[in-house]
Amino acid sequence: MKDKLLVSGSPHIHKDESISRIMWAVVISLIPAGIAGVIIFGLDALWVTLIAIFAAVLTELTIQVITKKKITILDGSAVITGILLAYNLPPNVPLWLPVIGAVFSIAIGKQVFGGIGQNIFNPALVGRVFLMASWPKYMTTFVKPFSLDAVTAATPLAALREGKILEHISYLDLFLGKRGGCIGEVCILALLLGAAFLFLRGYITWHIPVTYILTTAVFMYIFGGTGLFHGDWLFQVLSGGLILGAFFMATDYVATPLTASGQLIFGLGCGLLTAVIRIWGGYPEGVSYAILMMNGATPFIDRYTKNRIYGTK
Amino acid sequence: MKNLIKEFTKGIIKENPTFVLVLGLCPTLAVSVTVANGIGMGIAATFVLLGSSLIISLVRDFIPDKVRIPCYIVIIATFVTVVELCMKAYSPVLDRALGIYVPLIVVNCIVLGRAEAFACKNNFSRSFFDGLGMGLGFTLALILISAIREFLGSGQILGISLIKGFEPIFVFGMPSGALLVIGLLLGFFNLLKNKKI
Repeated sequence: MKDKLLVSGSPHIHKDESISRIMWAVVISLIPAGIAGVIIFGLDALWVTLIAIFAAVLTELTIQVITKKKITILDGSAVITGILLAYNLPPNVPLWLPVIGAVFSIAIGKQVFGGIGQNIFNPALVGRVFLMASWPKYMTTFVKPFSLDAVTAATPLAALREGKILEHISYLDLFLGKRGGCIGEVCILALLLGAAFLFLRGYITWHIPVTYILTTAVFMYIFGGTGLFHGDWLFQVLSGGLILGAFFMATDYVATPLTASGQLIFGLGCGLLTAVIRIWGGYPEGVSYAILMMNGATPFIDRYTKNRIYGTK
Repeated sequence: MKNLIKEFTKGIIKENPTFVLVLGLCPTLAVSVTVANGIGMGIAATFVLLGSSLIISLVRDFIPDKVRIPCYIVIIATFVTVVELCMKAYSPVLDRALGIYVPLIVVNCIVLGRAEAFACKNNFSRSFFDGLGMGLGFTLALILISAIREFLGSGQILGISLIKGFEPIFVFGMPSGALLVIGLLLGFFNLLKNKKI
């Protein structure tokens, strides 16, 4: 187990890692999904993303200037919040929506708690849920992929909920992102590329993403179809924001448990909640709510999964 | 006289029941959707607070210590019933909007708190002004919260639209919006308080 930390006497080797280095690596890992989003949905997606990033960084700067704190906009964390928020928005939203979402994410989701490392919820998801509760009209109107005149289309999950048959969407289409949805969640291939980069660099561990996706898949396989054990689990894994959420938002360092066993519980909880919301909840998609709820449970998980202190029983 | 004015004004800012004592949050969260509801709730609570403070300060020497809380509740419930029946008779719309929260004034922390912390230890004139000040502080806090919520949540104040083309932020009409507004206002008032010292 990785977390059995062995601390020997000095001298120690200093590893050349820092918060800002990791944050910028996450930014790089998110770029492929953004490029895919722009290819699929056109330039609208690019403007939404850029404006969200800009608003997030500007809000962070403003608040830190007003409260006379150290200015940390260059560490990349505000950029990540902006990107993740934009990736959770439909590509054709009016441009003031990402601005308000980013301001809310940074101000209420992060700086109110004391800035980086202090937030109890994932800031980008706080912004998304705020927008979802405030302007559901814009947040649930999706456009068809590769259409120039913005034809609206339901996401696969929404269509499934309304009982429409989805035979014209193949698993390959879902994997490559040829479907309606949010900017950053559609192209699974690009997301997996970015996630693989983070894995190879050792910035995220397998615990949360794997248990999360596995739990959702198993639960949807058992309860998702007509009768038990007939659910289309692959469709459920590939649609919605599950991959984006599992790899990039449920692995947020700040708002997730510290120990490996805690992370397994976290992933399990996220998976169960996502599946429960998708099957019986009021919304077709539940990834953001599941992660936020488990963020709220993180202090308790941490409390009960403390590692044994060496030399004690 | 100066003493009485002090008892009156402390409830408005220095010991504001909502923002400083943080009492009576249940009705505050529930009814502050519109300014009209906020004012109605504030006036109802103020009336109950006034009446109960007055009576409790008058009978405080006759109430045995062991049963004082039930006695307070009976006195408060009497005034709440008066308010409720008046509201049903003269303003059925407001009564329907406030619903269960009018009878719930009986167990409102502000009313019970003032009875227990102030009226049972002070004479009736001081209790009267204390109740009036607390009630006014509660009403003003409710107006402030509900004005913010009504404006952001529906783009109106007292039912009048203010800005054309404003897209209402629905979340402020919901309970989560109430928690958000109250939390931010609490933080803001704490900031003011800490700066003064």
